[in-house]
Amino acid sequence: MDRNDIESKMKELLVEELGLDEDKITMSATFEEDLEIDSLGVVELLMALEDNFGVQIPDEEAESLVTVGEAVDLVEKKLNA
Amino acid sequence: MLEGKRILVTGVLTNDSIAWHTARVAQEQGAEVVLTGFGRGMSLTQRSAKRLPTEAEVHELDINDAGHMDALVAALDKKWGGLDGALHAIAFAPPDALGGEFLNTPAESAATAFLTSAFSYKTLTVGLRPLFLKSGGGAMVGLDFDNSVAWPGYDWMGVSKSALQSVNRYLARYLGEENIRINLVSAGPLGTVAAKSIPGFTQYENLWAVRAPLGWDPHNPDPVAKMACVLMSDFALATSGEIVHVDGGFHGNAAGRHEGLDA
Ligand SMILES: NC(=O)c1ccc[n+]([C@@H]2O[C@H](COP(=O)([O-])OP(=O)(O)OC[C@H]3O[C@@H](n4cnc5c(N)ncnc54)[C@H](O)[C@@H]3O)[C@@H](O)[C@H]2O)c1
Repeated sequence: MDRNDIESKMKELLVEELGLDEDKITMSATFEEDLEIDSLGVVELLMALEDNFGVQIPDEEAESLVTVGEAVDLVEKKLNA
Repeated sequence: MLEGKRILVTGVLTNDSIAWHTARVAQEQGAEVVLTGFGRGMSLTQRSAKRLPTEAEVHELDINDAGHMDALVAALDKKWGGLDGALHAIAFAPPDALGGEFLNTPAESAATAFLTSAFSYKTLTVGLRPLFLKSGGGAMVGLDFDNSVAWPGYDWMGVSKSALQSVNRYLARYLGEENIRINLVSAGPLGTVAAKSIPGFTQYENLWAVRAPLGWDPHNPDPVAKMACVLMSDFALATSGEIVHVDGGFHGNAAGRHEGLDA
């Protein structure tokens, strides 16, 4: 899966599984402020990433995620590891 | 150990939840399991249900909503025609009832903590009672954090846990003649969503690290889940009103062997 695929799959899951507003999703959008995800939403996001990309994301690594782009970076790193 | 048992597991949020691990162990031990989730967390419960060894059916249960309880009992009656065991893994305290605000907590917030975290053990048990009666008895297990001494920041959640211990004894008293066993597992600190919402709770881990004779891994709910399953099994048939500590032995010590006080 190349970066474009990860980005488009990421957008798809944010819209379809987390119910976020498609127009607001950019790579620089922040989860908490721009996309208004609450703390349970963050937990759900992590589970959704794990389910959709087949990766494992430990809490320590998840804590530093601020933007959509960073989530894409993390998934890309995991998939190439 | 639980072959043929029909077990309801409440309080599954993520696959870190103590309830999720209990459901997992129960399935591994041969039980059929149904889960419940709550409100905003329902979609997480659905996701977590898919991560079990066998995907489990999920129902919605706000323990303070009588309509949910009725619908759940009707669904279980239709599916199983009875019930053998249930896990109560439900707790909530408003932010102003936790984290050092003890002296300023309004009565309503303390009452909310009590209602959802202690009285709810009665609500769930009495709700499920008709199903247990159809099965000739059953076993309830709840999850305690030992509040026989005061903890930093645990505040009205702690008071609610003390109440839960007492609710446990009264339920055992009133339901023993119906062959319904009522017990609690008192767990050491585990890194769940609920634990993270208690300010300072993660620091308890450091205390456990030095004081629990057996040591303690706050990322491993497996021992707690296994004990919950034992209490629901036929290996605990004469045990009721009990509180079993699964805390690495912490509760029996005022100081650890390596805290500098031993000769
Ligand atoms: N994590 C610990 O360190 C620890 C230690 C001892 C005891 N416990 C107890 O274990 C139990 C489960 O907590 P956990 O640590 O697995 O965290 P968790 O966050 O995974 O579970 C708490 C559950 O309570 C549910 N809940 C809250 N309000 C509810 C309501 N009104 N109706 C129905 N459900 C409701 C939530 O949906 C959630 O599933 C709680 O009773 C908790 O106090 C936890």
